Order: sequence, then structure tokens, then C-alpha cells
Amino acid sequence: MTAQDIHDKLKAAFGDAVQDAKLDAMQPWIRIAPNRTAEICAWLHDQPEMKLDYLMCLSGMDYNNGKLGVVYHLSSIEHKHKIVLKTECPKEDPHVLTVSGVWGTANWHEREAYDMYGIIFDGHPDLRRLLMPDDWDGHPLRKDYKVQEFYHGMKVPY
Amino acid sequence: MALLHQRFENDNVFVVPFDKFLNWARLSSIWQMQFGLACCAIEMMAASASNFDIMRFGVIPRATPRQVDVMFVAGTVTIKMATRIKRLYDQMPEPRYVISMGSCANCGGPYWEHGYHVLKGVDRVIPVDVYVPGCPPRPEALLEGIIKLQEKIRKDSYLRKPAK
Repeated sequence: MTAQDIHDKLKAAFGDAVQDAKLDAMQPWIRIAPNRTAEICAWLHDQPEMKLDYLMCLSGMDYNNGKLGVVYHLSSIEHKHKIVLKTECPKEDPHVLTVSGVWGTANWHEREAYDMYGIIFDGHPDLRRLLMPDDWDGHPLRKDYKVQEFYHGMKVPY
Repeated sequence: MALLHQRFENDNVFVVPFDKFLNWARLSSIWQMQFGLACCAIEMMAASASNFDIMRFGVIPRATPRQVDVMFVAGTVTIKMATRIKRLYDQMPEPRYVISMGSCANCGGPYWEHGYHVLKGVDRVIPVDVYVPGCPPRPEALLEGIIKLQEKIRKDSYLRKPAK
């Protein structure tokens, strides 16, 4: 199935939740609403003609314009088609619905995105930091991040 | 010892300053804590293997801090790891020594500016005796570091009261 077909079927099923798309890109992508990610992903995962059963990567993003984002790279092992989903949320109140119920892989990926960007995945079963210490201040990969001066008495900057 | 091997008819008595004797024994059996954190650990393993044969200096890797004399900090010390290093160092029996191996452990290395997660030098949490530069240092450099540590131990006067 081509990216255009996937987009059309998705648009027919979810309407306004499918925002915009760029389908002639090398990796065609579709932008979806952050409060609908779980149902859209579950649909893409379960539909027999889609069967996007493999979440290749889940990335956090800071677009540096007041918005954070999440990017999902999906692939179907059976049909051998691929698609990229994007979603955006405001930096002050970054909430995205979790997809960890759809793909188990997403659990740790979302924890990492939370750790690095502070994106809150609503409905996640165990949203703790993955890499940084639990009591770390801030989210390091945000563009406006400033490292803390001390951590437990250890000086952090050079 | 080889110089004296099978040279005497009878048992013998040597007179030697006790500090020197003690230091000679200590520097000939520096037990090392296995402690690989990053790519420097590969060079440390190469130093332990047969080509470089770290054991000819009496360095034996041990898997517990309670049996060791020296800790090789071989690799990038993350801030999360630094608290563990401090604890392991505290568990080592005295007299204890630390060799900081490679640029990361010395001063943060390539992570010095943007490495929010890296401790900029392991000497911020534990005292370091010998710094081995390099990224990563070759096994010969680590052996040189051990020889430097042996020189340091040779000059120790461990039994004397500290000067007031």
C-alpha cells in the first residue's frame, strides 16, 4: 500500500484528527492530533490491510518554536510498507496520549522522550526517567536547556 | 629476588629498612579493581591480555573493592555512575590508589562542554594518584601509569607518624 492510500484511508476513518501530510517525501509523513494518537495507532496496528505491527522508532522533538513533538516510524512486516506519523504539542503543557498499549516497544521509548524533552504521555503505565537520575532538574535535549550547577555536591559544568 | 636465587649455602638474614621492604612487597602486588566504563576498558583488557601482560607487574584483577589496592577508572564517568564510584572507593581498604585512565576520566574529554551527563573529571569525587592521558590511551600508556604508581608507592613512608 502506498503512503497516499494509507493517508486516504486514515482521513476517511478519523477526519479532522488527521491534520496535514507530506506524501512525496523520501519518508512520507502524516501529522495527527496529539489527543488521538492512541486510537489512530491502534487502528493502524489492527486493520488487516494496514497491519503496521512494528514501531521502528519513537522520537521526541523540540521544534524551537514553542512546540514539542513526537515522531513515530512505523513499518509492516507482512505488507512491507512504511509510514511516519508526527504529532505536536505546546511546550508549556506538553501532553500526548501513550501508544505503549499498542506496541510494547513504545514503553521505554516514551520514557526516554519524557526524560529528554519532558513530554508527558497520558496513560503511560510507568512514566519515570529512563536515563538521567530520578532527581535531575530539567530535560536536557530541550533547546532552551541550561545545565544545573550542582548535583548532590558534584559540580556539573566544566 | 632472582639476583639472590640459589646463591647461599645456608639460611640467611637480611637487614633492610622495614618501610622499604613493605613498599617493595606492596608495589609488587598491586591488585586492581575491574572497572571498565567505556572504550578505555577495551585498552585495559588488552593490557591484561597476553601481548602486554599486566600481570608481570603483579597486577591481578579482582571483582570486589574489598580485595584491591588500586582502582583503574577506565572510561567516561557519568554523573549517575559517579555516586557509585564514590561508594566503591569508600569500600576499598587503605592504603588505596586511583589511576584515572583516558581523557574522559581525567577532565571530561570530548564531553567537556555539552556533556550534561558527564562528570568533568573523576577527581571531583575521589582523589586521583596517576592520570593517564589519551583517548583512549594505548596499553603501553597504562603500563607506564602503573610504573608511575609503583614509583609513588616506593617513596611512601606508611608506618611513620605524619608530620605535624
